[in-house]
Amino acid sequence: MSTGILLQLAQTLLAILLAPLLMGWVNQCRAWLQGRSAPPITQPYRTLRKLFHKDAVIAHNASPLFRFAPYMIFACMALAAGIVPTLANDLPFSPAADVIALVGIFALARVFLALAAMDIGSSFGTLGARREMLVSFLAEPALLMVFFTASLISHSTELPIIVQTLAHREFAIYPSLAFAAVAFWMISVAENARIPVDNPTTHLELTMIHEAMILEYSARHLALIEWAVALKLFTYSALGIALFLPWGIAAQGDIAALPLALVAMVAKLAIGGAALSFLEAISAKVRLFRAPEFLGTAFLLAVLGMLIHFLLEV
Amino acid sequence: MMETLPLLPPDPVQWAWGVVLFWLALGFTALLLQGSPRLLSRLVFPLGALGALAIAGVGAAGLTLPISSIVLPIGLPDLPFHLRLDALSGFFMLLLGGAAFGITVYASGYFRSMAAGPLALLALWYHLFLAGMVMVLLADDAYAFMVAWEVMALSSYFLVTTDHKIPEIRSAGFLYLLIAHVGAVSLLLTFGVLQGGHGDYTFDTMRLAEMTPFWASVVYLLALFGFGAKAGLVPMHVWLPEAHPAAPSPVSALMSGVMLKTAIYGLLRVTFDLLNIQIGWWGTLALALGLITALYGVIFAAVQSDMKRLLAWSSIENIGVIIAAFGLTLIFYTDGKGALAALTLTALLYHALNHAFFKGLLFVGTGSVLHATGVRHMGHLGGLMRFMPWTAWLTLIGALAIAGLPPLNGFVSEWLLLQAFLLTPGLTQPYLNTVIPVAAATVALAAALAAYVMVKFFGVVFLGQPRDPALHEAHEAGWAERLGMLWLAAGCVLLGLFPAQVIDWLTPVVRLLVNQTLVNDGNWLMLAPVSAERASYAPLIFLVVVVGVLLLTFLWVRRVYHGRVRRSDPWDCGYPEQDARMQDSAEGFGQPIRQIFEVFMKVERETPDPFDRNPRYRGASLDKLWFILYEPIARVTDWLSQQAGRLQHGRIQWYLIYSFATLIFLLIFTTR
Repeated sequence: MSTGILLQLAQTLLAILLAPLLMGWVNQCRAWLQGRSAPPITQPYRTLRKLFHKDAVIAHNASPLFRFAPYMIFACMALAAGIVPTLANDLPFSPAADVIALVGIFALARVFLALAAMDIGSSFGTLGARREMLVSFLAEPALLMVFFTASLISHSTELPIIVQTLAHREFAIYPSLAFAAVAFWMISVAENARIPVDNPTTHLELTMIHEAMILEYSARHLALIEWAVALKLFTYSALGIALFLPWGIAAQGDIAALPLALVAMVAKLAIGGAALSFLEAISAKVRLFRAPEFLGTAFLLAVLGMLIHFLLEV
Repeated sequence: MMETLPLLPPDPVQWAWGVVLFWLALGFTALLLQGSPRLLSRLVFPLGALGALAIAGVGAAGLTLPISSIVLPIGLPDLPFHLRLDALSGFFMLLLGGAAFGITVYASGYFRSMAAGPLALLALWYHLFLAGMVMVLLADDAYAFMVAWEVMALSSYFLVTTDHKIPEIRSAGFLYLLIAHVGAVSLLLTFGVLQGGHGDYTFDTMRLAEMTPFWASVVYLLALFGFGAKAGLVPMHVWLPEAHPAAPSPVSALMSGVMLKTAIYGLLRVTFDLLNIQIGWWGTLALALGLITALYGVIFAAVQSDMKRLLAWSSIENIGVIIAAFGLTLIFYTDGKGALAALTLTALLYHALNHAFFKGLLFVGTGSVLHATGVRHMGHLGGLMRFMPWTAWLTLIGALAIAGLPPLNGFVSEWLLLQAFLLTPGLTQPYLNTVIPVAAATVALAAALAAYVMVKFFGVVFLGQPRDPALHEAHEAGWAERLGMLWLAAGCVLLGLFPAQVIDWLTPVVRLLVNQTLVNDGNWLMLAPVSAERASYAPLIFLVVVVGVLLLTFLWVRRVYHGRVRRSDPWDCGYPEQDARMQDSAEGFGQPIRQIFEVFMKVERETPDPFDRNPRYRGASLDKLWFILYEPIARVTDWLSQQAGRLQHGRIQWYLIYSFATLIFLLIFTTR
């Protein structure tokens, strides 16, 4: 039990510390693919450090909610990172929240970010909040349906048990999981504000969603939000790995497998990050009102996956 | 017997009857106190709140104690009132008492500035309303039930039309009264079929009656229609968005939080208690209607710009979720999956309880805003968090809870319901295997849209810049109002943090209705409805971790770096001219939803001329069902009454001929 708690803490801390590195890697890959000279992979850490040192500038009319939200969002993402198995499958904390609660945590963070964006009352803030909620109201049920498909196969909504079942099943092809995987990729792209739904580098009024919400933030508050964004990307990647490529995650109580698990995780994340930037590089940002179509497709695919499970795999 | 044991405490049902009498007495005393408004708000309402607390206590006792009943020698000769308190009534009394306590405490502050005459009348109707609702829950014969149901409907009608000088409020009240009575007629027929010609209207005889599947289905359909009209099931939902904004806020809170639940109570009572057989397709029908209602409600909630109307539509959504859970319970129960039926029934009851608290809280929150600003339209509000922080933060708890966010209470019932979908493979009806995933997706979609609605509601009303300069004068709610809101908010938090205990309370109700109980495989901290292997959720640990990480981060940032803050103008990408009109209006925030779901709406828009110096934009998204369904019915009714009107000439000769012809006809008819 005590090793379990240690492992739990270690995994959560590792996720928090490694998350900016993944962000740096994705940015580096994208710069290479676009033919630019890439920033160093540690650039996100430098940015965070710079931001933490600066004085926070806050609008006159900001309410306490505005200053509270970044901490809340960071705490939610840390909690989410703690639930998803990255290295080992032995997470004593995971019974506190299953996959449905995980969706709830993401929603909680999102609602706080949207409310904070509306707090100043600038034209961009509310615009961003509205667009974010527009994207999420389709992405959230779709994510839930992806989890449902995995849960129906493994008869559990607990992530460690899902991972264990999926990693140690006899090799069989689940068509429902294929649908779920495609849907999950589309949802991750949308939820992490990547192309084609949102562009993380833009500050153009017509296109920005996530950036519009955090325009008024500066210094340590912005640093916490940026860190939480990196953590969210990390958590989503870890989730994708756990659901669709679970091989290599150390089983319960198997401490000897940890070094291998670390290597497997880093390799999978590196490949996943490269794939994400590649897919971003070859696709174009869609018009805002095409985003619901994109997400509607994801939702439909996720529901289809679940339907296929009910009809073919039971 | 009673004389020999004078110290024996009376049954819970007698206590409940005592509280009903107390409320009635309080209501009529209020009429005598017309001269002293202070006494009315400072004495009558707090005493009424104590009554609500007592009812909650009686309900809690009713959950555990054996069934108790009394026969009251009132009513018509030979038709005494039968009252009975079992676990189901007990649970709904707990719901009623718990929510009504907070709302009534709030009301004692809210109505303080009202003129004494109307206030005395309002206090009378208010307490009659409470008494009527308790009597509905206690009634054990159709006669008492219908009398109580009418008391509830009529007193709430008078409460809705408190500001009866405004024409819109009068017509809203009329619509409410009309639909309430269409529903009541259907309920009358329900009981008529249920008693099966014995002439005995007690529920005890109805429980014993053997019904054929056909007549049982007739009863079920009539009950679904009748109770559905009260609950706001689509397409009988049209009165909610009219009546809730019209009523004073504590009344809206009571109607939405509690009264709608009496319809759910009635539906459960008739379907699972009075009827002996249940048929599978009933469940599918209720599931389909519930899901349509949920989605329809939440879509319209997203496009409203009146804050109370928005909440009314959100109530429709929640009723839809509850009815969908009811349908699932029926499906599982008739399919022989008792454990699953217990799970969905628990989710249903839990959600009903949650909705009473968070919707009550949100409605009284809008009441405080209305008091402080006099404005219901969200386009004239904004930034109120700075002027009324208590109201804002407490309302935020309600908004987060209704959006289904952990660790508050809305999430728990949603979680339980979603778990039920995951356990469904293996139903005997193959078509259900395609229905269930679609139903799960719809529930998830409605829940996600609810978050959209609540961000809009809270963001537009409480955040941003005030859209009207007069809002700077907005004052915070008084202490009684704050106390009421605090109670309801505490309910939202506690019901969310201790689900294992709540499910324990619900066990007797679930056992009563579906003969099965939901076993919690976890401990007092952790909820695990089926087995800890399958699913578990521990909200308290969840909260401790979030708060812990939050504090650690905060301390770490302060310690390692600094806490310096500089205030300045908002940046907003460097645009220098910013005013409150540049924020999203309520219509603006709902625009994406309107564009996506325009097929359900009739959109009316007035866009200003580009050169207009003082531009005004008006947009309304109206319910298409009103034009498709209700207007034709109204036209046909009008036409029919005109035709009937031809018989009336105002001449005595003609009327004498009518009477004469009727007499002749009856004579021929009876002598044959």
